[in-house]
Amino acid sequence: MMKINEIIASGKFSAVSVSEPEREIGGIYIGDLLSWVMGRAQADNAWITIMSNINIVAVASLVDAACIILAEGVELDAAVVETAKAKEVNILSTPLPAYEAAMELSNLRK
Amino acid sequence: MSDSLNFSYLVDGENFASAGQASVQVKKELRQLGIAPETIRRVSIAMYEGEINMVIHAGGGVAQVNVDDLGIEIILKDEGPGIANIEQAMQEGFSTAPDNVRSLGFGAGMGLPNMKRYTDDIQIDSTVGVGTTITMRVNF
Ligand SMILES: Nc1ncnc2c1ncn2[C@@H]1O[C@H](COP(=O)(O)OP(=O)(O)OP(=O)(O)O)[C@@H](O)[C@H]1O
Ligand SMILES: [Mg+2]
Repeated sequence: MMKINEIIASGKFSAVSVSEPEREIGGIYIGDLLSWVMGRAQADNAWITIMSNINIVAVASLVDAACIILAEGVELDAAVVETAKAKEVNILSTPLPAYEAAMELSNLRK
Repeated sequence: MSDSLNFSYLVDGENFASAGQASVQVKKELRQLGIAPETIRRVSIAMYEGEINMVIHAGGGVAQVNVDDLGIEIILKDEGPGIANIEQAMQEGFSTAPDNVRSLGFGAGMGLPNMKRYTDDIQIDSTVGVGTTITMRVNF
């Protein structure tokens, strides 16, 4: 098990919006098509994506993802960050591509 | 049923950025009622898919949620173009979503299949040129 604040402490991921630093992550889901994410991601997953539009906040909230991880250094508009904070959706970002981000999380878990 | 609880929402077909608000609100209401998280998750994902469909494909509509002793009913009603071939629309991967919507991550053709998967019952009533009403139930 690992917590959001432990992932940030690793130095490879930075906080974009973190309301629940102590939240535990259980599993990882990677995907950019929102209906796939809603059909396949599980509660408490870290969701790795390169999508940055406002709809990711609602999707993460509804699937009850532990956090969104923006891969490839993707950045969010200020309005999206504001919405994420208001809805208490945790978002991290990393310059790593999705696969390497997932590998990094997997290594951290050990 | 005398002790049923009802919520209704207007789903704005113009504002894509706010699409999904009704579902997020329902999630909050259901949580306050102390309903099991897994049930809430199923209801809110199914409703979100339907809500987004009304915005993308039908120019908005009305969402109603009823909670009774047995479960939760979600009714989504629009006056959009209707669905000509429901069987085809229910297939995974079928989508008529335009490119601008696809670039936002929609248009995988997985919304209706998700609605079926996450609910115990789904009825789709649609007439071309008149509109679509989708009724879903999730039992406790
Ligand atoms: N309320 C509606 N009114 C008219 N057509 C609809 C409506 N809902 C769905 N459809 C039709 O059914 C198709 C399949 O819907 P579905 O939700 O499965 O996929 P999508 O919305 O195209 O993509 P996704 O949901 O994966 O983002 C749509 O592309 C559209 O043609
Ligand atoms: Mg859809």
